[in-house]
Amino acid sequence: MPKYRFAIVVGASSGIGREIARQLAQSGCRVAAVARRYDRLEELRQSFPDFIIPAEHSVTDYDAIPALFQDLTGKLGGLDLIVYASGAMPKVEENEFDFQKDRQMIEVNDLGAVAWLDQAAERFQNTKHGTIVGIGSVAGDRGRLKQPVYNASKAFLHTYLEALRNRLSRHGVKVVTVKPGPVQTEMTAGLDLPKAITAESAAAIILKKSARGGEHYLSPIHAVIFFIIRNIPSWIFRRLNV
Amino acid sequence: MDLPKAQRLVLSPDSIREFEGFGMAARADGYLVQPTTTEGINEAIALAKQTGRHLVPRGSGLSYGDASILAEGIVLDLGKMNRFISWDRETGIAECEPGVTIEQLWRTGLPNGWWPPVVSGTMFPTLGGALGMNIHGKNNFQVGTLGDNVDEIDLLTVDGQIQTLQQGDPLFRAVVSSAGMLGIITRIKVRLKKVPSGNVKVYAESIPNWQAQLDAFEKRAELADYMVSWVDCFGKGAASGRGLFHAAWYDKDADSESLLEMNQDLPPKVFGILPKSQVWRFLKPLNNRIGMRFLNLAKHTSSKFIGNRRMHKQGLVAFSFLLDYVPDWRKAYLPTGFIQYQTFIPKTEAARVFAQQIRLSQEAKLEPFLGVLKKHRPDSFLLSHAVDGYSLALDYKVTERNWSNLEALCHRMNDLVRASGGRFYLAKDSTLRPDDLDYLGPNLQVLRDLKNQLDPEHILDSDQARRLNLFPR
Repeated sequence: MPKYRFAIVVGASSGIGREIARQLAQSGCRVAAVARRYDRLEELRQSFPDFIIPAEHSVTDYDAIPALFQDLTGKLGGLDLIVYASGAMPKVEENEFDFQKDRQMIEVNDLGAVAWLDQAAERFQNTKHGTIVGIGSVAGDRGRLKQPVYNASKAFLHTYLEALRNRLSRHGVKVVTVKPGPVQTEMTAGLDLPKAITAESAAAIILKKSARGGEHYLSPIHAVIFFIIRNIPSWIFRRLNV
Repeated sequence: MDLPKAQRLVLSPDSIREFEGFGMAARADGYLVQPTTTEGINEAIALAKQTGRHLVPRGSGLSYGDASILAEGIVLDLGKMNRFISWDRETGIAECEPGVTIEQLWRTGLPNGWWPPVVSGTMFPTLGGALGMNIHGKNNFQVGTLGDNVDEIDLLTVDGQIQTLQQGDPLFRAVVSSAGMLGIITRIKVRLKKVPSGNVKVYAESIPNWQAQLDAFEKRAELADYMVSWVDCFGKGAASGRGLFHAAWYDKDADSESLLEMNQDLPPKVFGILPKSQVWRFLKPLNNRIGMRFLNLAKHTSSKFIGNRRMHKQGLVAFSFLLDYVPDWRKAYLPTGFIQYQTFIPKTEAARVFAQQIRLSQEAKLEPFLGVLKKHRPDSFLLSHAVDGYSLALDYKVTERNWSNLEALCHRMNDLVRASGGRFYLAKDSTLRPDDLDYLGPNLQVLRDLKNQLDPEHILDSDQARRLNLFPR
């Protein structure tokens, strides 16, 4: 993984975000760990007291973000990496259309991402260095019958990050989209995922891949499978049970 | 003023920039403020207080290390306060705002036969920055530092008060040399030097070793106006210290043509074809131990045959501003940059300490790619770097892999300097540690007392001051 000195990880209380924060701190990077559940962050800080700066925050509290972002970069002493790892995926039945659940996904997966990453993008555009990592998903590659809004929210994130990449690569800034497949986390705890990798190995792969801007699947097999899935014509795709 | 977090002002997000030192190895992000008036400076100080941030004064950013950067602080760039308040072509006295550069000064003065009393190797430093660091030139042994040639300054302290300080005032001698950490210099009254022409007569002599270097300086110290010597840091054993000595005298043959700017400006092309702005691209592939060993050897060898022990005539600009001769030469050190390591050693110890520094560098396979030797005289500024002796300035390439070894090498060399009664120079420093500051003796406490008196909240700060724990909280 590249050498980072100052990082913000949004969504650092569990899953991939927590692992990324932990591995960064272990490598000697100062990390501002942002999440709603402060007690979880406090645990993290106790493991790495010199490297973790915990910050209690709900990503839907959009108005608080500019001041918090500046406060955290000030406390860190700089910024060369931001990882947006907050994500919501409530259980949705195949025949269910629950606006509250859908809204929560869009707010956490998209609006929160835009609110945080816009801050980082503006800063990096001016400082001419930095890396933005967004945790997308293979689920964002197609609209599928099981998770319409989760799929759409990740597709939004992918497109938004692609646009950021086009804006910022000319300023020397890397924008990295990672699209994990199934990962064993709290978010996926209720699901039957036989091939899921651990959050620990997902985080390690993501940090390694962050050296290069662009879109990354976590394994070459995923890259092949999802190349095919992306290219299945809609009139066939709608008849498949995936 | 410590407002609750929610009420704190947010700094303008689009004012953040990455700032670096001249060596490009030290970098930090900060919020840029560019005042054009003293009210603007006061506003920046107020902004720092309101946002709980600190403020670093910055001129052209030509200190080699981390003296004019401050991570996540407010960077007070004074480059836009670059007006002349007055200029008297009869007496050669200029009153300037702090952002006036040495370049502006010589362009203003030379047509009437006035030249800045002290200049650095590049013409781009601001006078405010140059005075903060109390820079010296190749004439340090004759005329002292820039601070010795300034009659008066105005100092703006963080409480908004402006006071005028004269050359003899103790506070003048503290503000000059303390890197902007006591207050902001807002006006400078400087005496230019009357020169008979825009030329110097330059004597060159190829030098075989350290003792011959110092002998060459001592022999001409009485009469020369400028002296400098280049050192090939790849020279080993009996050849250690080999190089090329230059002494220069103001050319007394009246030559009014030479006073014209157009006759001083350097040609923009090399050999009439290659634009100088592109020359660094040709240097880059040579910017490694093998290439630099070859270039240094070639320069030393040619110095024995071309112009050795002869006089030649040169324009003041070409002679003085060697660092500007190849624009952007620093880019050959990208992406990781370089540090300059310059230390000041008393006369009797100089040859021994410099030989040891070079030997340690060679043993570590970290030979400096450039070495420059100068003669100095002591002065009474609070953080004076000069001694009755010599300084050796060494350029070391920095890479991600060599940094820990390079830092360890510099720490060992620092110990040699301290043991010999030598001194350090904040404008060139990247490797000092808090304990090394004992070279300042009781002056360190005087500085700290002044800081607590003039800037009790430590609003003025820099990455260097933090690294050195210059002002303990």
